[in-house]
Amino acid sequence: MATTNRPLSPHLQVYRPQLTSVLSILHRGTGIALALGTLLLIYWLAAAANGPESFAQAQGLIGSWFGLLLLFGWTFALFYHLCNGIRHLFWDGGYGLELPDVYRSGWLAVAGGFALTIISWLAGYFGGGV
Amino acid sequence: MSQRSPIGRVRGLGAARDGVSHWWSQRLTAVALVPLTLWFAIAIVGHVGADHAAMTAWIGSPVTAGLFILLITATFFHAYLGLQVVIEDYVHREGLKIVSLVLIKGACIVLALIGILSVLSLLFEG
Repeated sequence: MATTNRPLSPHLQVYRPQLTSVLSILHRGTGIALALGTLLLIYWLAAAANGPESFAQAQGLIGSWFGLLLLFGWTFALFYHLCNGIRHLFWDGGYGLELPDVYRSGWLAVAGGFALTIISWLAGYFGGGV
Repeated sequence: MSQRSPIGRVRGLGAARDGVSHWWSQRLTAVALVPLTLWFAIAIVGHVGADHAAMTAWIGSPVTAGLFILLITATFFHAYLGLQVVIEDYVHREGLKIVSLVLIKGACIVLALIGILSVLSLLFEG
């Protein structure tokens, strides 16, 4: 097919990053991160089912500084993806598609992601005692 | 009157009548995951620092086990649908694309199975 000389749209790097585009790719990025994070969840469940020794090993791994760092990142990914996912569901229903609303809900999703992350870590720290 | 182009017709391309199935499944699992994720987050925060006996007693109780199985099922279904679109968007070599899709699908099914079996073993033995 003679498709070689068709005009191409400018590639991504031509555009200045905007909230809309950054949040869009962040939704996809956090989704991929969460898919990887399921490995930890399933490992943790399997360790719990396997017995106290495996569970202690899993808890130790998660409780290490690197484990906690990953867990913190996944917590934000989870809550941002959740908040922005709800934003997407509203769009699917036809609501909030005007540009000012899109920006408002975008900042709301970012704020919600950070707020829920911080609240849950504070609750876990003071409620349970890591 | 058919809206399909003549070339589309001879090649057998065009709507297979399941166009919205992927989109719809992704939305349904998303809606299901909103309450399931909130439950999971709150429950996990509430069990920080719990020892093995307390944790397995909790996971192995009927309601928790049921919610975990729903969470695992919806999560891996949703994850596969999302990853599938990512691969279709970025992997353009046909062979590599198909291999990636099959591997990701297999991984999602196996991981979901391990998770569900772990929960069930805690429900019936723990």
